[in-house]
Amino acid sequence: MPVTIIIPTALRQYANDRAEMEVEAQTVAEALDRLTTEHSGLRLHLYNEQNRLRNFVNVYLNDEDIRHAAGHATPVKDGDTIMIVPSIAGGDFH
Amino acid sequence: MITLGATHLEAMRAHGHRDYPYECCGLLIGRFLEYGRKAVSEIYPISNAREEQSKRNRFLIRPEELLRGERHARKRGLDVVGFYHSHPDAPAVPSQYDLEHAWPTYSYIVVSVLKGVVRDLRSWEMKTDRSGFDEEEILSGDSNYARHNYYSYSVAPICE
Repeated sequence: MPVTIIIPTALRQYANDRAEMEVEAQTVAEALDRLTTEHSGLRLHLYNEQNRLRNFVNVYLNDEDIRHAAGHATPVKDGDTIMIVPSIAGGDFH
Repeated sequence: MITLGATHLEAMRAHGHRDYPYECCGLLIGRFLEYGRKAVSEIYPISNAREEQSKRNRFLIRPEELLRGERHARKRGLDVVGFYHSHPDAPAVPSQYDLEHAWPTYSYIVVSVLKGVVRDLRSWEMKTDRSGFDEEEILSGDSNYARHNYYSYSVAPICE
């Protein structure tokens, strides 16, 4: 049984309007790589020019922020759920 | 195009005024409609999570706050369709910082508050290639609100 990735509403248009996708993976990084390989339009919004996740992109594995685990190297197992959750930030010109 | 009620506009203006000189922020809860249009049903204020010394020119909605808002919306058969925030003593135009942190699809409403007085409110949606924002028409029952010129930024916006 693969890992399920929940795609945030704002990005579903880049994933054929799908709310979730199942992938085979050993780590969070591998799962996200599979997702963005299949739906390349997601990559621009999730990763920066240095190929790192943008700092307002948060990844949860079964409701736990992966920063509290092993980050992108966090291992995943069959049946796990990965959720991509935005932080919303901004500000003025100063 | 985003459709809002007059009370929604007033709620965002009041929030911007109340939190001045700090930035306010919140969620726009409603429905995604056909052809990229959105209809707002509710304004959902959020406490700006940035540290005290940064609140004058930065806002942050933490992921757990967004998840709380999304749950609130889903219970009502609605979605989070965008966000609003204020620019104290700055125009209602997205900044480079806004662009760097924006998500596609959502509406971003910016309220300009100059010396404590709300002067302007405009809505924007990020271009899909992340190169800038397009201004979005606001359709409202507020007869005082009318704007006829809409802007598109293909590069970082410049402070007026």
